[in-house]
Amino acid sequence: MCLAIPGRIESVNGEDPLERSGKVNFGGIIKEVNLAFVPEAQVGDYVIVHVGFAISRLDESEANKVFEYLKRMDELGELKEAGS
Amino acid sequence: MKYLDEYRDADTARQYAGEIRRVTTRPWNIMEVCGGQTHAIVKFGIDELLPKEITLIHGPGCPVCVTPLELIDKALEIASRRGVIFCSFGDMLRVPGSTTDLLSVKAGGGDVRIVYSPLDAVKVAEQEPARDVVFFAVGFETTAPATAMAVFQAAKKGLRNFSLLVSHVLVPPAMEALLASPDCRVQGFLAAGHVCTVMGFTEYEPIAAKYRVPIVVTGFEPLDIFQGVLMCVQQLESGRATVENQYARSVRQRGNQPAQRLMREIFHIVPRKWRGVGEIPRSGMGLSEAYAAFDAERKFGLADRRVEEPAECISGQVLQGLKKPRECAAFGTRCTPEHPLGATMVSSEGACAAYYRYRRPSGGGSGPGMTNVEF
Ligand code: SF4
Repeated sequence: MCLAIPGRIESVNGEDPLERSGKVNFGGIIKEVNLAFVPEAQVGDYVIVHVGFAISRLDESEANKVFEYLKRMDELGELKEAGS
Repeated sequence: MKYLDEYRDADTARQYAGEIRRVTTRPWNIMEVCGGQTHAIVKFGIDELLPKEITLIHGPGCPVCVTPLELIDKALEIASRRGVIFCSFGDMLRVPGSTTDLLSVKAGGGDVRIVYSPLDAVKVAEQEPARDVVFFAVGFETTAPATAMAVFQAAKKGLRNFSLLVSHVLVPPAMEALLASPDCRVQGFLAAGHVCTVMGFTEYEPIAAKYRVPIVVTGFEPLDIFQGVLMCVQQLESGRATVENQYARSVRQRGNQPAQRLMREIFHIVPRKWRGVGEIPRSGMGLSEAYAAFDAERKFGLADRRVEEPAECISGQVLQGLKKPRECAAFGTRCTPEHPLGATMVSSEGACAAYYRYRRPSGGGSGPGMTNVEF
Protein backbone atom coordinates (compact mmCIF):
# COMPACT_ATOMS: atom_id res chain seq x y z
CA MET A 1 0.00 0.00 0.00
CA CYS A 2 2.95 2.28 0.62
CA LEU A 3 4.36 1.03 -2.63
CA ALA A 4 5.87 3.84 -4.67
CA ILE A 5 7.74 3.16 -7.88
CA PRO A 6 10.00 5.11 -10.24
CA GLY A 7 8.87 6.04 -13.72
CA ARG A 8 9.91 8.43 -16.50
CA ILE A 9 7.79 11.46 -17.44
CA GLU A 10 6.78 11.23 -21.11
CA SER A 11 4.59 14.31 -21.35
CA VAL A 12 3.20 17.09 -19.16
CA ASN A 13 -0.11 18.90 -19.41
CA GLY A 14 -2.01 21.51 -17.42
CA GLU A 15 -1.05 25.11 -16.71
CA ASP A 16 -2.49 25.42 -13.19
CA PRO A 17 0.24 24.11 -10.82
CA LEU A 18 -2.37 22.26 -8.74
CA GLU A 19 -3.84 20.53 -11.79
CA ARG A 20 -0.55 19.62 -13.43
CA SER A 21 -0.46 16.04 -14.67
CA GLY A 22 1.41 13.92 -17.17
CA LYS A 23 2.05 10.55 -18.68
CA VAL A 24 4.60 8.44 -16.85
CA ASN A 25 6.27 5.34 -18.25
CA PHE A 26 6.86 2.43 -15.84
CA GLY A 27 8.97 0.00 -17.84
CA GLY A 28 6.57 0.10 -20.77
CA ILE A 29 3.32 0.66 -18.90
CA ILE A 30 2.09 4.24 -19.30
CA LYS A 31 -0.09 5.84 -16.64
CA GLU A 32 -1.62 9.26 -16.08
CA VAL A 33 0.01 10.76 -12.98
CA ASN A 34 -0.71 13.90 -10.98
CA LEU A 35 2.38 16.15 -11.00
CA ALA A 36 1.15 18.91 -8.68
CA PHE A 37 3.69 18.04 -5.97
CA VAL A 38 6.71 18.05 -8.30
CA PRO A 39 6.50 21.45 -10.02
CA GLU A 40 10.20 21.22 -10.93
CA ALA A 41 9.86 17.90 -12.82
CA GLN A 42 10.06 17.98 -16.62
CA VAL A 43 9.71 15.55 -19.49
CA GLY A 44 12.53 13.00 -19.28
CA ASP A 45 12.84 13.21 -15.49
CA TYR A 46 12.26 10.17 -13.30
CA VAL A 47 9.72 10.54 -10.51
CA ILE A 48 8.60 8.34 -7.62
CA VAL A 49 4.87 7.68 -7.95
CA HIS A 50 2.49 6.66 -5.18
CA VAL A 51 -1.30 6.22 -5.59
CA GLY A 52 -1.31 8.27 -8.78
CA PHE A 53 0.86 11.13 -7.47
CA ALA A 54 4.49 11.92 -8.14
CA ILE A 55 6.03 12.63 -4.72
CA SER A 56 9.62 13.34 -5.74
CA ARG A 57 11.91 13.86 -8.67
CA LEU A 58 14.80 11.39 -8.55
CA ASP A 59 18.21 12.98 -8.26
CA GLU A 60 20.55 11.42 -10.80
CA SER A 61 23.76 12.33 -9.00
CA GLU A 62 22.55 10.93 -5.66
CA ALA A 63 21.37 7.75 -7.33
CA ASN A 64 24.88 6.34 -7.75
CA LYS A 65 25.94 6.85 -4.15
CA VAL A 66 24.88 3.33 -3.24
CA PHE A 67 27.71 2.06 -5.43
CA GLU A 68 30.22 4.76 -4.55
CA TYR A 69 29.76 4.18 -0.83
CA LEU A 70 31.30 0.70 -1.00
CA LYS A 71 34.25 1.98 -3.02
CA ARG A 72 34.85 4.72 -0.48
CA MET A 73 34.73 2.19 2.35
CA ASP A 74 37.30 0.08 0.47
CA GLU A 75 39.65 3.01 0.06
CA LEU A 76 39.27 3.97 3.72
CA GLY A 77 40.06 0.37 4.70
CA GLU A 78 43.21 0.40 2.57
CA LEU A 79 44.27 3.73 3.99
CA LYS A 80 43.89 2.39 7.50
CA GLU A 81 45.82 -0.75 6.70
CA ALA A 82 48.59 1.28 5.07
CA GLY A 83 48.76 3.54 8.11
CA SER A 84 48.90 0.79 10.75
CA MET B 1 13.99 -0.94 -15.28
CA LYS B 2 16.06 2.10 -14.45
CA TYR B 3 16.23 2.89 -10.71
CA LEU B 4 15.09 -0.63 -9.89
CA ASP B 5 17.26 -3.32 -11.46
CA GLU B 6 20.61 -1.79 -10.58
CA TYR B 7 19.61 -1.78 -6.91
CA ARG B 8 19.11 -5.53 -6.99
CA ASP B 9 22.62 -6.45 -8.10
CA ALA B 10 23.60 -9.61 -6.26
CA ASP B 11 27.38 -8.97 -6.32
CA THR B 12 27.05 -5.55 -4.76
CA ALA B 13 24.63 -6.99 -2.22
CA ARG B 14 27.20 -9.61 -1.20
CA GLN B 15 29.86 -6.91 -0.90
CA TYR B 16 27.57 -4.95 1.39
CA ALA B 17 26.87 -8.06 3.44
CA GLY B 18 30.64 -8.62 3.74
CA GLU B 19 31.23 -5.04 4.81
CA ILE B 20 28.48 -5.28 7.43
CA ARG B 21 30.07 -8.47 8.76
CA ARG B 22 33.43 -6.73 8.93
CA VAL B 23 32.24 -3.78 11.01
CA THR B 24 29.93 -5.70 13.35
CA THR B 25 31.48 -6.66 16.68
CA ARG B 26 28.41 -6.99 18.90
CA PRO B 27 24.71 -7.91 18.68
CA TRP B 28 22.43 -5.11 17.51
CA ASN B 29 18.64 -4.87 17.08
CA ILE B 30 17.61 -2.67 14.19
CA MET B 31 14.00 -1.93 13.32
CA GLU B 32 12.92 -1.31 9.76
CA VAL B 33 9.93 0.96 10.17
CA CYS B 34 8.13 0.41 6.90
CA GLY B 35 6.22 -2.66 5.78
CA GLY B 36 7.54 -2.18 2.25
CA GLN B 37 11.02 -2.73 3.67
CA THR B 38 9.84 -5.77 5.64
CA HIS B 39 8.45 -7.22 2.44
CA ALA B 40 11.75 -6.70 0.58
CA ILE B 41 13.82 -8.07 3.47
CA VAL B 42 11.86 -11.29 3.69
CA LYS B 43 11.38 -11.66 -0.06
CA PHE B 44 15.05 -11.26 -0.96
CA GLY B 45 16.29 -13.02 2.15
CA ILE B 46 18.30 -9.96 3.19
CA ASP B 47 18.15 -10.85 6.88
CA GLU B 48 19.63 -14.28 6.11
CA LEU B 49 22.71 -12.67 4.54
CA LEU B 50 23.38 -10.46 7.56
CA PRO B 51 25.74 -11.57 10.32
CA LYS B 52 23.91 -13.35 13.13
CA GLU B 53 24.63 -10.47 15.49
CA ILE B 54 22.20 -8.25 13.54
CA THR B 55 18.52 -8.78 14.27
CA LEU B 56 16.03 -6.96 12.08
CA ILE B 57 12.83 -6.18 13.93
CA HIS B 58 9.78 -5.57 11.77
CA GLY B 59 8.16 -2.29 12.65
CA PRO B 60 4.62 -0.95 12.60
CA GLY B 61 4.91 0.63 9.15
CA CYS B 62 2.02 -0.98 7.35
CA PRO B 63 -1.00 1.31 7.25
CA VAL B 64 -3.35 -1.55 6.46
CA CYS B 65 -2.13 -3.38 9.55
CA VAL B 66 -2.40 -0.51 12.00
CA THR B 67 -5.84 0.79 10.98
CA PRO B 68 -7.82 0.20 14.18
CA LEU B 69 -10.69 -2.27 14.33
CA GLU B 70 -12.97 0.62 15.22
CA LEU B 71 -12.35 2.31 11.86
CA ILE B 72 -12.79 -0.98 9.98
CA ASP B 73 -16.14 -1.47 11.69
CA LYS B 74 -17.15 2.08 10.76
CA ALA B 75 -16.12 1.40 7.17
CA LEU B 76 -18.21 -1.76 7.15
CA GLU B 77 -21.23 0.04 8.52
CA ILE B 78 -21.01 2.88 5.98
CA ALA B 79 -20.36 0.48 3.09
CA SER B 80 -23.46 -1.54 4.03
CA ARG B 81 -25.78 1.46 3.80
CA ARG B 82 -28.08 1.73 0.82
CA GLY B 83 -27.14 4.32 -1.73
CA VAL B 84 -23.51 4.50 -0.63
CA ILE B 85 -20.61 3.85 -2.98
CA PHE B 86 -17.64 2.91 -0.81
CA CYS B 87 -14.23 3.40 -2.45
CA SER B 88 -11.10 1.85 -0.98
CA PHE B 89 -7.58 0.73 -1.81
CA GLY B 90 -7.73 -2.96 -2.68
CA ASP B 91 -5.73 -4.22 0.27
CA MET B 92 -8.29 -2.96 2.81
CA LEU B 93 -10.99 -5.29 1.51
CA ARG B 94 -9.96 -8.40 3.42
CA VAL B 95 -9.00 -6.71 6.68
CA PRO B 96 -11.19 -8.37 9.28
CA GLY B 97 -13.57 -6.18 11.26
CA SER B 98 -15.37 -7.42 14.39
CA THR B 99 -17.75 -9.62 12.42
CA THR B 100 -17.10 -9.31 8.69
CA ASP B 101 -14.94 -7.59 6.06
CA LEU B 102 -15.49 -5.27 3.09
CA LEU B 103 -15.21 -8.11 0.60
CA SER B 104 -18.16 -9.87 2.26
CA VAL B 105 -20.15 -6.63 2.30
CA LYS B 106 -19.47 -6.37 -1.43
CA ALA B 107 -20.46 -10.01 -2.02
CA GLY B 108 -23.67 -9.30 -0.11
CA GLY B 109 -24.62 -6.53 -2.53
CA GLY B 110 -22.80 -3.51 -1.09
CA ASP B 111 -21.33 -1.15 -3.68
CA VAL B 112 -17.67 -1.40 -2.68
CA ARG B 113 -15.21 -0.27 -5.34
CA ILE B 114 -11.45 -0.64 -5.47
CA VAL B 115 -9.67 2.53 -6.53
CA TYR B 116 -6.01 3.09 -7.35
CA SER B 117 -5.95 6.76 -6.37
CA PRO B 118 -8.12 8.96 -4.12
CA LEU B 119 -8.76 11.08 -7.22
CA ASP B 120 -10.58 8.11 -8.77
CA ALA B 121 -13.09 8.33 -5.89
CA VAL B 122 -13.62 12.04 -6.65
CA LYS B 123 -14.39 11.07 -10.25
CA VAL B 124 -16.95 8.52 -9.10
CA ALA B 125 -18.62 11.23 -7.00
CA GLU B 126 -18.84 13.48 -10.05
CA GLN B 127 -20.34 10.70 -12.15
CA GLU B 128 -22.88 9.65 -9.49
CA PRO B 129 -24.31 12.90 -8.10
CA ALA B 130 -27.35 11.17 -6.60
CA ARG B 131 -25.29 8.82 -4.44
CA ASP B 132 -23.03 9.25 -1.45
CA VAL B 133 -19.46 8.40 -2.35
CA VAL B 134 -17.13 7.66 0.57
CA PHE B 135 -13.36 7.15 0.30
CA PHE B 136 -11.54 5.13 2.94
CA ALA B 137 -8.44 7.29 3.44
CA VAL B 138 -5.80 5.14 5.10
CA GLY B 139 -2.05 5.53 4.93
CA PHE B 140 1.00 7.22 6.33
CA GLU B 141 2.47 10.59 5.42
CA THR B 142 3.26 9.08 2.01
CA THR B 143 -0.41 8.79 1.09
CA ALA B 144 -1.83 11.81 2.94
CA PRO B 145 -0.92 14.36 0.21
CA ALA B 146 -3.00 12.38 -2.29
CA THR B 147 -5.97 12.40 0.08
CA ALA B 148 -5.46 16.11 0.71
CA MET B 149 -5.59 16.75 -3.03
CA ALA B 150 -8.82 14.73 -3.34
CA VAL B 151 -10.44 16.86 -0.62
CA PHE B 152 -9.10 20.05 -2.16
CA GLN B 153 -10.47 19.18 -5.59
CA ALA B 154 -13.81 18.01 -4.22
CA ALA B 155 -14.17 21.32 -2.36
CA LYS B 156 -13.28 23.29 -5.45
CA LYS B 157 -15.84 21.37 -7.47
CA GLY B 158 -18.44 21.84 -4.73
CA LEU B 159 -19.10 18.10 -4.44
CA ARG B 160 -21.54 17.55 -1.58
CA ASN B 161 -21.92 13.80 -2.11
CA PHE B 162 -18.26 13.09 -1.41
CA SER B 163 -16.80 12.35 2.01
CA LEU B 164 -13.85 10.52 3.55
CA LEU B 165 -13.36 8.10 6.37
CA VAL B 166 -9.93 9.35 7.40
CA SER B 167 -7.44 7.13 9.19
CA HIS B 168 -4.13 8.74 8.33
CA VAL B 169 -1.30 8.01 10.74
CA LEU B 170 2.06 9.63 11.42
CA VAL B 171 5.25 7.64 11.84
CA PRO B 172 7.47 9.67 14.25
CA PRO B 173 4.99 9.59 17.18
CA ALA B 174 4.73 5.80 16.80
CA MET B 175 8.53 5.49 16.87
CA GLU B 176 8.60 7.57 20.03
CA ALA B 177 5.88 5.45 21.62
CA LEU B 178 7.95 2.34 20.87
CA LEU B 179 11.12 3.88 22.26
CA ALA B 180 9.37 5.04 25.42
CA SER B 181 8.13 1.52 26.21
CA PRO B 182 10.15 -0.31 28.88
CA ASP B 183 10.10 -3.45 26.68
CA CYS B 184 11.77 -1.66 23.80
CA ARG B 185 14.65 -3.64 22.27
CA VAL B 186 15.22 -1.37 19.30
CA GLN B 187 18.72 0.17 19.16
CA GLY B 188 18.59 1.73 15.70
CA PHE B 189 16.05 2.51 13.00
CA LEU B 190 15.80 2.33 9.25
CA ALA B 191 13.27 5.13 8.73
CA ALA B 192 10.71 4.83 5.94
CA GLY B 193 12.07 6.38 2.73
CA HIS B 194 8.76 7.33 1.17
CA VAL B 195 7.34 8.82 4.35
CA CYS B 196 10.48 10.98 4.49
CA THR B 197 10.20 11.79 0.78
CA VAL B 198 7.07 13.71 1.76
CA MET B 199 8.02 14.94 5.25
CA GLY B 200 11.80 15.25 5.14
CA PHE B 201 13.75 14.12 8.18
CA THR B 202 14.20 17.07 10.51
CA GLU B 203 11.50 15.75 12.86
CA TYR B 204 13.61 12.64 13.51
CA GLU B 205 16.58 14.60 14.82
CA PRO B 206 15.15 15.27 18.30
CA ILE B 207 14.15 11.58 18.54
CA ALA B 208 17.65 10.38 17.67
CA ALA B 209 19.12 12.77 20.23
CA LYS B 210 16.63 12.10 23.05
CA TYR B 211 16.71 8.30 22.88
CA ARG B 212 20.27 8.04 21.60
CA VAL B 213 19.26 5.93 18.59
CA PRO B 214 20.73 6.17 15.10
CA ILE B 215 18.04 6.73 12.47
CA VAL B 216 18.91 6.07 8.83
CA VAL B 217 16.36 7.15 6.23
CA THR B 218 16.34 4.14 3.91
CA GLY B 219 14.91 3.12 0.55
CA PHE B 220 13.17 -0.07 -0.47
CA GLU B 221 15.42 -1.93 -2.87
CA PRO B 222 17.78 -4.60 -1.56
CA LEU B 223 20.92 -2.46 -1.94
CA ASP B 224 19.19 0.44 -0.21
CA ILE B 225 18.41 -1.77 2.74
CA PHE B 226 21.93 -3.21 2.89
CA GLN B 227 23.43 0.28 2.82
CA GLY B 228 20.92 1.48 5.43
CA VAL B 229 21.86 -1.39 7.73
CA LEU B 230 25.58 -0.72 7.19
CA MET B 231 25.20 2.99 7.99
CA CYS B 232 23.17 2.15 11.07
CA VAL B 233 25.68 -0.45 12.32
CA GLN B 234 28.56 1.98 11.74
CA GLN B 235 26.80 4.50 13.96
CA LEU B 236 26.02 1.91 16.62
CA GLU B 237 29.56 0.55 16.67
CA SER B 238 31.06 4.02 16.99
CA GLY B 239 28.54 5.21 19.60
CA ARG B 240 26.96 7.84 17.38
CA ALA B 241 23.21 8.52 17.22
CA THR B 242 22.30 10.88 14.41
CA VAL B 243 19.94 11.02 11.46
CA GLU B 244 21.48 10.01 8.14
CA ASN B 245 19.94 9.84 4.70
CA GLN B 246 20.63 6.73 2.65
CA TYR B 247 17.79 7.43 0.20
CA ALA B 248 18.99 10.83 -1.00
CA ARG B 249 17.96 10.20 -4.59
CA SER B 250 14.37 10.74 -3.41
CA VAL B 251 14.52 12.30 0.07
CA ARG B 252 15.45 15.94 0.72
CA GLN B 253 16.02 17.24 4.21
CA ARG B 254 12.80 19.28 4.28
CA GLY B 255 10.78 16.85 2.20
CA ASN B 256 8.21 17.80 -0.39
CA GLN B 257 7.12 21.34 0.41
CA PRO B 258 4.12 21.66 -1.95
CA ALA B 259 2.71 18.40 -0.53
CA GLN B 260 3.23 19.55 3.06
CA ARG B 261 1.58 22.88 2.33
CA LEU B 262 -1.57 21.19 1.08
CA MET B 263 -1.59 18.74 4.00
CA ARG B 264 -1.43 21.64 6.46
CA GLU B 265 -4.37 23.25 4.70
CA ILE B 266 -6.60 20.15 4.76
CA PHE B 267 -5.61 18.25 7.93
CA HIS B 268 -4.93 18.84 11.56
CA ILE B 269 -3.13 16.61 14.04
CA VAL B 270 -5.28 14.27 16.13
CA PRO B 271 -4.71 11.40 18.58
CA ARG B 272 -5.16 8.07 16.80
CA LYS B 273 -5.59 4.45 17.83
CA TRP B 274 -3.19 1.96 16.21
CA ARG B 275 -4.44 -1.56 15.82
CA GLY B 276 -2.83 -3.80 18.40
CA VAL B 277 -0.92 -0.91 19.95
CA GLY B 278 -3.53 1.43 21.37
CA GLU B 279 -3.98 5.18 21.24
CA ILE B 280 -0.91 7.29 20.52
CA PRO B 281 -1.22 11.04 21.11
CA ARG B 282 -0.73 13.34 18.12
CA SER B 283 -0.16 10.34 15.84
CA GLY B 284 -2.82 10.90 13.21
CA MET B 285 -4.30 13.37 10.80
CA GLY B 286 -7.97 14.28 10.63
CA LEU B 287 -9.85 16.76 8.49
CA SER B 288 -9.49 20.30 9.75
CA GLU B 289 -12.58 22.28 10.76
CA ALA B 290 -12.76 24.10 7.41
CA TYR B 291 -13.21 20.74 5.63
CA ALA B 292 -15.41 19.05 8.26
CA ALA B 293 -18.22 18.76 5.70
CA PHE B 294 -16.15 16.01 4.05
CA ASP B 295 -15.85 13.96 7.24
CA ALA B 296 -17.76 10.69 6.74
CA GLU B 297 -17.76 9.92 10.49
CA ARG B 298 -19.76 13.09 11.11
CA LYS B 299 -21.90 12.72 8.03
CA PHE B 300 -22.96 9.21 9.03
CA GLY B 301 -23.15 9.90 12.78
CA LEU B 302 -20.37 7.48 13.77
CA ALA B 303 -17.89 9.84 15.39
CA ASP B 304 -18.45 8.50 18.93
CA ARG B 305 -18.40 4.77 18.15
CA ARG B 306 -15.81 2.80 20.18
CA VAL B 307 -14.73 -0.81 19.58
CA GLU B 308 -12.24 -2.84 21.64
CA GLU B 309 -9.69 -5.18 20.05
CA PRO B 310 -9.92 -8.95 20.55
CA ALA B 311 -7.09 -10.58 22.54
CA GLU B 312 -6.31 -13.72 20.55
CA CYS B 313 -4.19 -12.21 17.74
CA ILE B 314 -0.72 -11.10 18.86
CA SER B 315 -0.24 -8.74 15.92
CA GLY B 316 0.14 -5.86 18.37
CA GLN B 317 3.30 -7.47 19.72
CA VAL B 318 4.44 -8.32 16.19
CA LEU B 319 3.96 -4.67 15.18
CA GLN B 320 6.02 -3.52 18.14
CA GLY B 321 8.79 -5.95 17.31
CA LEU B 322 8.31 -7.94 20.53
CA LYS B 323 7.37 -11.18 18.76
CA LYS B 324 7.99 -12.76 15.37
CA PRO B 325 4.96 -14.01 13.39
CA ARG B 326 6.00 -17.64 13.88
CA GLU B 327 5.61 -17.24 17.62
CA CYS B 328 1.86 -16.86 17.13
CA ALA B 329 -0.05 -20.10 17.71
CA ALA B 330 -2.47 -19.32 14.91
CA PHE B 331 0.22 -18.54 12.30
CA GLY B 332 -0.26 -20.56 9.13
CA THR B 333 -2.96 -22.73 10.68
CA ARG B 334 -6.03 -20.83 11.80
CA CYS B 335 -4.63 -17.63 10.35
CA THR B 336 -3.65 -17.48 6.65
CA PRO B 337 -3.83 -14.75 3.99
CA GLU B 338 -7.05 -16.34 2.72
CA HIS B 339 -8.58 -16.32 6.21
CA PRO B 340 -6.70 -13.71 8.21
CA LEU B 341 -7.38 -13.32 11.91
CA GLY B 342 -5.30 -10.18 12.19
CA ALA B 343 -4.44 -7.31 9.90
CA THR B 344 -0.73 -8.18 9.71
CA MET B 345 -1.76 -11.29 7.75
CA VAL B 346 -3.76 -9.29 5.19
CA SER B 347 -1.47 -6.86 3.46
CA SER B 348 1.59 -8.12 1.61
CA GLU B 349 3.49 -5.56 3.70
CA GLY B 350 2.27 -7.09 6.95
CA ALA B 351 4.95 -9.09 8.75
CA CYS B 352 2.72 -12.18 9.16
CA ALA B 353 1.81 -12.27 5.47
CA ALA B 354 5.44 -11.78 4.39
CA TYR B 355 6.54 -14.70 6.59
CA TYR B 356 3.64 -16.81 5.36
CA ARG B 357 4.56 -16.18 1.76
CA TYR B 358 8.31 -16.57 1.93
CA ARG B 359 9.22 -18.36 5.15
CA ARG B 360 7.00 -21.34 5.73
CA PRO B 361 8.91 -24.54 6.51
CA SER B 362 6.58 -26.49 4.20
CA GLY B 363 4.76 -25.58 1.01
CA GLY B 364 7.49 -23.74 -0.85
CA GLY B 365 7.74 -21.13 1.83
CA SER B 366 11.30 -20.07 1.23
CA GLY B 367 11.61 -16.86 -0.66
CA PRO B 368 13.24 -16.07 -3.99
CA GLY B 369 16.40 -15.29 -2.07
CA MET B 370 19.51 -13.66 -3.42
CA THR B 371 20.29 -16.35 -5.96
CA ASN B 372 16.95 -16.15 -7.71
CA VAL B 373 16.61 -14.59 -11.14
CA GLU B 374 14.47 -11.86 -9.67
CA PHE B 375 17.52 -10.48 -8.00
S1 SF4 C 1 -0.44 -14.95 12.51
FE1 SF4 C 1 -2.52 -14.06 12.37
S2 SF4 C 1 -3.36 -14.26 14.44
FE2 SF4 C 1 -1.12 -14.52 14.59
S3 SF4 C 1 -0.31 -12.44 14.98
FE3 SF4 C 1 -0.26 -12.72 12.77
S4 SF4 C 1 -2.21 -11.86 12.08
FE4 SF4 C 1 -2.45 -12.21 14.28
